[in-house]
Amino acid sequence: MTILKETRGGVTRRSILKASAAIAGAGVITKVTGFPAIAQEKVTLRYLSTAVNQSPAIAEKAGEDLGIKVEYIAVTTDDVAKRVITQPNSFDLVDTEYFALPKLLPSGNIMGLDAKKIKLADKIASVIREGTVAGKKIGLDGTAPAEVLYLPDEEATEFAEEPTDFLTLIPTTYNADTLGIRPDLIDGPVESWASLLDPKFKGKAAILNIPSIGIMDAAMAIEARGDMKYGDKGNMTREEIDATIAALIEAKRAGQFRAFWTDFNESVNLMASGEVVIQSMWSPAVTAVRTQGIECKYQPLKEGYRAWASGFGLPVAIEDREKDAAYEFINWFLSGWAGAHLAKQGYYTAVLETTKEAMEPYEWAYWFEGKPAEKDIHAPDGKLLEKAGATRDGGSYDERMGRVACWNAVMDENIYMIRKWNEFIAA
Amino acid sequence: MTETLDAPTQVGASNADKGVARTGARRTSWTPAWVAYLQAAPIALVFLLFFILPLIATFVVSFWNYTEYSIEPAFALTNYQDVFYGCFSGSSGLCTTFATYLSTLKFVAIVWAMTLAIGFTIAYFLAFHIRTLPMQIALFMVCTIPFWTSNVIRMISWIPLLGRNGLVNEMLLATGLIDRPLEWLLYSDFAVSLALIHLYTLFMVVPIFNSMMRIDRSLIEAAYDAGASGWQTLTNVIIPLVKPGILIGSIFVVTIVTGDYLTIGIMGGQQIASVGKVIQTQINFLQFPIAAANAIVLLAVVLVTIWGMLRLVDIRKEL
Repeated sequence: MTILKETRGGVTRRSILKASAAIAGAGVITKVTGFPAIAQEKVTLRYLSTAVNQSPAIAEKAGEDLGIKVEYIAVTTDDVAKRVITQPNSFDLVDTEYFALPKLLPSGNIMGLDAKKIKLADKIASVIREGTVAGKKIGLDGTAPAEVLYLPDEEATEFAEEPTDFLTLIPTTYNADTLGIRPDLIDGPVESWASLLDPKFKGKAAILNIPSIGIMDAAMAIEARGDMKYGDKGNMTREEIDATIAALIEAKRAGQFRAFWTDFNESVNLMASGEVVIQSMWSPAVTAVRTQGIECKYQPLKEGYRAWASGFGLPVAIEDREKDAAYEFINWFLSGWAGAHLAKQGYYTAVLETTKEAMEPYEWAYWFEGKPAEKDIHAPDGKLLEKAGATRDGGSYDERMGRVACWNAVMDENIYMIRKWNEFIAA
Repeated sequence: MTETLDAPTQVGASNADKGVARTGARRTSWTPAWVAYLQAAPIALVFLLFFILPLIATFVVSFWNYTEYSIEPAFALTNYQDVFYGCFSGSSGLCTTFATYLSTLKFVAIVWAMTLAIGFTIAYFLAFHIRTLPMQIALFMVCTIPFWTSNVIRMISWIPLLGRNGLVNEMLLATGLIDRPLEWLLYSDFAVSLALIHLYTLFMVVPIFNSMMRIDRSLIEAAYDAGASGWQTLTNVIIPLVKPGILIGSIFVVTIVTGDYLTIGIMGGQQIASVGKVIQTQINFLQFPIAAANAIVLLAVVLVTIWGMLRLVDIRKEL
């Protein structure tokens, strides 16, 4: 699916402005390439990612500010990785999750980004660069970004052990995931991941049917219940996988789960319809349930969060002109406006300083400092998200990201894990 | 009427074969033999490019090795061993593949029996009880109404109807027939069967109706004159004559249900396994060779089923 942003309806003042912006933008490119005849045309970046990160407003603003035409290619999380590996020529910029890197990098289809060309490279949040929040180390189980961020050189197919000048992905968005609950349909507090497997919620719980993420949520619950202790929840041994799947099968046979979901919208429907009152959920899904006027809480839990992070990568096959444009776009992306736009949907951003500058102080206080909203909080599209006085579930950035326990991951025993997961579905 | 309804059924049977056979039978001096091949060429070409070649590729890839990010040409049977992992070890439980096929087989049996019963009844009503052609056409169109929306929308619409707080449960609660919502209405075997029957009954109605319309009415009169009861006419005259229709309908239903994973996924809350879903999960994790091996096994199962069904009725002779 391709989304093209174009102005329609003939020549307007706006389109003339746009066109002149484009010419101005093209002028910059002309100096770089030295081929004025070709450079007349706007450079197009084919931007591959999931639909969640592809805001039409960002493409439009980039078009105005840089004269770069951003052409979105929206696919599912799994398809992003599949496409990078099977069709490396079909995009110029990919926004993919860090946990896909152990699969993507050895394929030789993506290359490192030169930190010297990224103006704010040093300012990228410490949680991504070092795995620390406010100076404190956080949980690094799974594929933590800090472990897969650096490359020894531009075209390396293995990760560097220590910080270098070449980065695998420049972060776009990241967040800490937890369980979503319907407080209106639940008696008593939910404080632990163990609640996911608590017989109290029999027939009213749901988990993701995306094996690599679903098994980690299950592991959080099993460990919280005190059944077993994992060496690394994001990289289990065969015995750990067997034990986890056995526990899941037992819960399934006992009728614990109402349904499993793979698509973001399915989780929204399950929650909104009351079929499910507790489930693994993504932050924007909780927001989507709430905008329907239904109570839904992104419940912080004592064992901490399961985090994920997504970032920009470049395909090896990229042309010089597109490569320059991609660096220009990434620098623009980190400079504030785009970050603020995404932060208003609940995501965390790569460079916090610029995001703060681009947001209203009351917005920053609500989204990042965990303070009660001084005014009504609106989504970027103007929809009301929270009334004045509300606070963000889980509190401030430091409280949420500081309590990350593990990261989305691809395990070494992935093939075995998927076979066992299919066993669980068939049980 | 009969002619128009014939067309889709014939397409369903085997196009190329028939075209050739007919031209052969009616050949006139001014039509050279190669014309028939030329007529069959476009569909043959489409089949070759978009069906035969991908199928060969799938078959070849099913013997390859794979890692997380690559597939390598090889001739390894490991993928097939993995498909049947634990199936012949003699352990107590069924292996994943057998359990999955067994569950699929269960749905095939339920859905086939129900669509046949419902489809036959509808077709019988349309063919023998409705006297005028315009009315038959009108009622036939009514049967297709569920197909005016997309498959996925139709399935999602079941949720507000069958859900815990859905219409059916609310109605039953209001009438006092039950005192707590029925959980098994949605995300259960029942829900999957219901949705499948709803989706595929029409595939049974069309060919059976078509066969019934071709029955010479004087045969039924003759049966009546010879003293046969209504039931005897049905079992001795009508059912034997609509066998090809039943068979074609059955092939549609059985093959579609065997390969279906969307309906089973959505209506079963993804808690019920299907071969298609297993293949999809493997493809999503770039395990193309084992997914290919699964696809080949599925294809073999479907082909054997169709072969078995074709042995019951000689479809070429009957048509």
